[in-house]
Amino acid sequence: MLLDFEKPIAELEQKLDDMKQLAVESDANVADAIKVLEQNILKVKKETYTNLTRWQRVQLSRHQNRPYTLDYIHEMCDNFVELHGDRNIADDKAMVGGFGDVNGQTVMFIGQQKGRNTKQRQYRNFGMANPEGYRKALRLMRLAEKFDKPIVTLIDTPGAFPGIEAEERGQAEAIARNIKEMFTLKVPVICIVIGEGASGGALGIAVGDKVMMLENTWYSVISPENCSTILWRSWDYKEQAAEALKLTADDMKGFKLIDEIIPEPLGGAHANPKSTYETVKQVILKEIKALQKLSTEELVNRRIEKFSGMGEVQE
Amino acid sequence: MHQTSHSIRFLYKGRYPPVLVPLTTCYPKNKHMAWYKREKKGIITPTSAKKETPEGHWYKCPKCKNVMNSRDHKQNAYTCIECNFHARIGSKEYFEVFFDKNEFTELDANMMSGDPLNFSDTKTYPTRIQQSQYKSGLKDAVRTGHGKMKGENIVLAVMDFGFIGGSMGSVVGEKISRAIDFAREKKYPLIVVSKSGGARMMEAGYSLMQMAKTSAKLALLAEAKVPYISLLTDPTTGGVSASFSMLGDFNIAEPEALIGFAGPRIIRETIGRDLPEGFQTSEYLLEHGFLDFIIDRTEMKNKLAGLIKMLK
Ligand SMILES: [Zn+2]
Repeated sequence: MLLDFEKPIAELEQKLDDMKQLAVESDANVADAIKVLEQNILKVKKETYTNLTRWQRVQLSRHQNRPYTLDYIHEMCDNFVELHGDRNIADDKAMVGGFGDVNGQTVMFIGQQKGRNTKQRQYRNFGMANPEGYRKALRLMRLAEKFDKPIVTLIDTPGAFPGIEAEERGQAEAIARNIKEMFTLKVPVICIVIGEGASGGALGIAVGDKVMMLENTWYSVISPENCSTILWRSWDYKEQAAEALKLTADDMKGFKLIDEIIPEPLGGAHANPKSTYETVKQVILKEIKALQKLSTEELVNRRIEKFSGMGEVQE
Repeated sequence: MHQTSHSIRFLYKGRYPPVLVPLTTCYPKNKHMAWYKREKKGIITPTSAKKETPEGHWYKCPKCKNVMNSRDHKQNAYTCIECNFHARIGSKEYFEVFFDKNEFTELDANMMSGDPLNFSDTKTYPTRIQQSQYKSGLKDAVRTGHGKMKGENIVLAVMDFGFIGGSMGSVVGEKISRAIDFAREKKYPLIVVSKSGGARMMEAGYSLMQMAKTSAKLALLAEAKVPYISLLTDPTTGGVSASFSMLGDFNIAEPEALIGFAGPRIIRETIGRDLPEGFQTSEYLLEHGFLDFIIDRTEMKNKLAGLIKMLK
């Protein structure tokens, strides 16, 4: 499945493949033609991906080939021990976590997990955690704190799950508690939006010393579709809603609501997952190193101060 | 007291009043315009509103349909004399209910919203703000102040649902944060009355971060061991319930309030079936362990003052 703006590029790449095949099969000298076509493809790609609309970025953030939380963890870690359960009622499959070894540095990874096919999507509840997911996340954060290990959260959710049981078990309370408790964690916390960062469901694991977004992700108070439904009374205005919400990494960095943008390979994270994993891994190691230089007090105070400064009012 | 308007888009079976979809356009006009008298030393005390319940005005309870004198209704803390229905009231009325002789000092009374996103849907955000201000007589969706309740100093923040559905943008987040700071500095117990559809879409990312900011301040308040009572009223949902509203040392509610994370419509659409009777009411939350108690508005002041005295 290709996105609309991916199609012209895919067609050119198909042409290139055909030409290369021709070169192998016959003696035709197409070396120059291949070179020209390759340059053309690069040009088209650069043009396309530097001029994406906000809605197109949203589409990329949800791309079905995009790396998910466990993909990052398995690729970045030499060893990973997944941990389960909130020690109360269940193990939420939409929220995963555990200790990982990244180049000799132990890290507690926590993140929402999406599924790639119909069965997995249902198993992971489309990356929409229930209260036990947020409570599991908090349990793992406290565990990391106990053993003085940094925490990395990977955010990729269309929102916290809106269901009867979720309400019954206190979805609002679970998210609120996480947000508050994350301000008191005595270890470095790094938060990276790797796909969708929808509202409280995202923020429930996204209070950190460094909050970052991959280049083609979104992070806002509501999805463009839901915003369109409420403000325009129709789903048809999702593109306008995406524009109005200013929900891309560039926007959020411009507002100083996040700290950094992590660049993606040309074509998006899924175009070259290996290089994406490597980039994210290096960023994590660098940030951990920098944050470990701060005292516990400095860490917590800076975290609180950073978020306290967010907002724009007139007096 | 509040009439339905175009902004009420569906009826939720099994409970009253109709539930507003979070964050829609302006809510029905607040009939009670706020009138302020500015005194020296920057102290602002509301005087009695000109339009306030003159003799001969009647209140018809939307639940039991009984008609009563507006003054009696007011004296009963805006609850129905017959059936105890708690009318949706705003900051002006809650200040009357909580503060001794309605005397208080308002904090950050002139803070107003910016337009950091240059947001526009069917109208621009500044237009929406101005219209809401005009209709409600309010600056934004929360008012904060400090004063005495049964002789005890308290800091009180009250949300106004009449202002863009009580939605939380930068102003709500900042005013509540400063009220928390004030409570921490003075060691005055904090009471926050929530009444909100959630975060304000027109400030998008900024609104979301108000959840983090207010929670950060509450972490500091907790560290300072200053009591925080969160009163959840009809309705409290979305980003407000998922931040400061659920973080009280005491989470309490008025009877029959709608309280939840997701709105009933969203849940019904997601799961594709009807919701159980009494779902997401105060009583439901108490039963599931998320509230300390439910209290009638008429008894609120006595009970909370008593609780605060015990914590000294
Ligand atoms: Zn009645």
